[in-house]
Amino acid sequence: MTTLPFRLALLGLAAGLGAALAQPASAAEERVIPPALRWSFSGPFGTFDRAQLQRGYKVYKEVCANCHSASLIAFRNLSQPGGPEFSTGQITALAATYQIKDGPNEQGEMFERPGRPADRFPAPFPNDQAARAANGGAYPPDLSVLAKARSYERGFPTFIFDMFTQYQEQGPDYIAALLAGYKDPPPAGTPELQPGQYYNTYMPGHLIAMPQPMQDGQVEYPKLPNGQPSAPETVAQYSKDVAAFMVWMAEPHLEARKRLGMQVMLFLLIFGSLLYYTKKKIWARMPDGSPAH
Amino acid sequence: MSGHSSYTPRTGIERWLDARLPIIRLGHDAAVSYPVPRNLNYFWTFGGILMFMLVAQIVTGIVLAMHYTPMSSVAFSSVEHIMRDVNYGWLMRYLHANGASMFFIAVYIHIFRGLYYGSYKAPREVLWILGVVIFLLMMATAFMGYVLPWGQMSFWGATVITNLFSALPLIGETIVTFLWGGYSVDNPTLNRFFSLHYLLPFMIFGVVILHVWALHHVGQNNPTGVEVKNVAKDTVPFTPYATIKDLFAMVCFIFVFSWFVFYMPNFMGHADNYIPANPAVTPLHIVPEWYFLPFYAILRAVPDKLGGVLAMGGAIVVLAFLPWIDSSKVRSMTYRPIARQFFWMFVVVCIGLGWLGAKPAEGGYVIASQILTTLYFGFFVALFVIGLFERPKALPTSIADSVLGAMKGGSGARLATATAAEPNAKG
Amino acid sequence: MAQTTHTTTHGATPPEGTRRDFLMLATGAAGVVGLGAVVVPLVSQLAPDAQTVAAGAPIDFDLTPVAEGQGVKLVWRGQIIFVRHRTKKEIDEARAVNVASLRDPQADQARVKQGHEQYLVLYGKCTHLGCIPSGTAAGEPKGEFDGWYCPCHGSHYDSSGRIRKGPAPLNLGLPPYAFTSDTKIRIG
Repeated sequence: MTTLPFRLALLGLAAGLGAALAQPASAAEERVIPPALRWSFSGPFGTFDRAQLQRGYKVYKEVCANCHSASLIAFRNLSQPGGPEFSTGQITALAATYQIKDGPNEQGEMFERPGRPADRFPAPFPNDQAARAANGGAYPPDLSVLAKARSYERGFPTFIFDMFTQYQEQGPDYIAALLAGYKDPPPAGTPELQPGQYYNTYMPGHLIAMPQPMQDGQVEYPKLPNGQPSAPETVAQYSKDVAAFMVWMAEPHLEARKRLGMQVMLFLLIFGSLLYYTKKKIWARMPDGSPAH
Repeated sequence: MSGHSSYTPRTGIERWLDARLPIIRLGHDAAVSYPVPRNLNYFWTFGGILMFMLVAQIVTGIVLAMHYTPMSSVAFSSVEHIMRDVNYGWLMRYLHANGASMFFIAVYIHIFRGLYYGSYKAPREVLWILGVVIFLLMMATAFMGYVLPWGQMSFWGATVITNLFSALPLIGETIVTFLWGGYSVDNPTLNRFFSLHYLLPFMIFGVVILHVWALHHVGQNNPTGVEVKNVAKDTVPFTPYATIKDLFAMVCFIFVFSWFVFYMPNFMGHADNYIPANPAVTPLHIVPEWYFLPFYAILRAVPDKLGGVLAMGGAIVVLAFLPWIDSSKVRSMTYRPIARQFFWMFVVVCIGLGWLGAKPAEGGYVIASQILTTLYFGFFVALFVIGLFERPKALPTSIADSVLGAMKGGSGARLATATAAEPNAKG
Repeated sequence: MAQTTHTTTHGATPPEGTRRDFLMLATGAAGVVGLGAVVVPLVSQLAPDAQTVAAGAPIDFDLTPVAEGQGVKLVWRGQIIFVRHRTKKEIDEARAVNVASLRDPQADQARVKQGHEQYLVLYGKCTHLGCIPSGTAAGEPKGEFDGWYCPCHGSHYDSSGRIRKGPAPLNLGLPPYAFTSDTKIRIG
């Protein structure tokens, strides 16, 4: 057998590869992995927490929406099943508080009218350039699908385990950590911040153009009968709530998807077992009746 | 292998039709009475699975095309419109996007099965080459499909891949401009990619028909690589034997597919593709879809632009020459002790290249890619050399012997453990 | 099933005993159920999507600019709506007809809102094959009954929008609308 030289060659190659990979690759941007939080919507049976989504919407509306658009979302979405599930009356009233540009009318002029449930959330700035100009040159990204657009490498072998644990909440984990991750003053050793730069632990490279958006107590949450807020009015809680809301904005049919998924999986299990036994039965014998093996 | 037809029309209508268009006879001969080696293992079910995936992609794709707008200013939001507003639109889109990945998983298993069992050897060379053609068409289709959502990865993937052609001397730049329909990837590019993405699957379908025709003409290979000698003893009719087994395997495959579609639909995609395309900002790490990663690693391993493109192209084209590269007369690696070790090393090399393709092209990763690229091509050289001196193990005298022998304790004909562990051996 | 399997050729129709087998039946039934379930989303996606449904929100229209004898065309849910400010003569004509003699018998009173008889609001879609009848804008042919005339296959509608002649089977349809004031209507 020629296996010994073969094995030796293999060893040599492995050593070479190891040496190559041990070489320091140039440091990628420094990034702190956000802690994995508990989310009501994770896992195969996950559903959104309605109260959390409603709180998250309030944070979005009172804080984020001042600079960020969410142009893919319509008021009517807020009342559809599987979302914050505001009542139709609530969202009709809510939409009417916004002035929506429409037109042109018969005279060829654009005009403003009260919003309707079918209208999309109006953007805070008329165009990208205006948004940039008002924010020191940094463009506040649209929030509609941002929860799916932010992620980080899980690396080998974690990403294999993720397939089974269904961990996929990098987006909300990152957003929640980022919103609560401001440090002022920045830790020692940080290069001096330029105007319009802020230090954030979880931003890749730590420098972020968005100033700290929230303070404790800034957004008022619905009160319980005893007068206490229904959730802590803290930056940490605001961040989680708005991150959950952003997941819903990015994936409004998440609940329907997981529900249908369970039905499909159960059906496949039953159909698969039936097929397995049918297959066994058919394969027990050859066409002439002799045992197949 | 095709033999004479065993179809007998039963009714008057069938006889009438059979005399004019023997289409029922065709179906009967191809999918009912067609003899299948009785010792096929579950790796042979992937042909049927691939047929299913092709049809699934075409069906969901046609649905998506009813709602999608191939215009650079609205393509992104039209995909989101599908995800949000269209009834079951999210399902169609996730099926189609994950379906592409599942299609490639299946095709890679199918290819490696062909490699392991020597399914490319005479008389199956044309069958194999048609397979390589299908693989190339699949890659083109998948690439153009990935451009359509017009996210950041779509745009920059399209830019990088189309720029590959600029490596060609003299005509390269012209080709790229013609691919783009402009001076950069833009609306005309998106339009033509949509058109071609719709066309190519039907071309794949056409080549698949040829592929299946060639298969039915020469007959299936099997885990022993020994040709069928006695149809009654060595084979079973396609229906119900292969049909039911293929169906069972298909349902298992759909289970995995559904796992991704319903529970982690974005796992195999890239987060950056949820950022609308921005021609002014290149994302930090451009990576193609996972199924292109090994070839992407080969591309980047070669420090020369044209050389890299040629190496990448060569890595696929070399497969087409495999029937003449492999010098061994024995088909199945089960009976080739040395080649088998090289085969498994080749599998590891491909996975390693895939991993490297996702890493930044710098430092040790490049050197590792170069080593693995050499090993990738080295495998083909090895196949030629090994065949010249390797002494294969004794082959079973027939398929029937290998099946019945294996059940008596495996002392007669030895089967690789992987293939003998087939569930039907238990039933 | 074993005692019935004696086919020696590869003709391969499962023997009778197998076919009635419960396992086979259950498997087949499950397969049919699965295929049926797949059809649901494939067909359902053809229905109007959520955005299209929601965009059918009511529209408001001010009637003041429409002078007597004039008409306008509006668009609601992608459909044309005719609004005509009828003259006395047109109203009288519409009411003089013997309702029982009509192809689609309906009194003019049932086709307008009480107290606003001069305003006729209709779907601008011929009930034959969906063309837009002419007769709304000034100068367009109004057909033989002072109403509308469909150029596609020659259907004539009267000044109440009822079919009087030609292939169309039904009167022009009435969209849902209401007067929000004396001069304003809300369609939808």
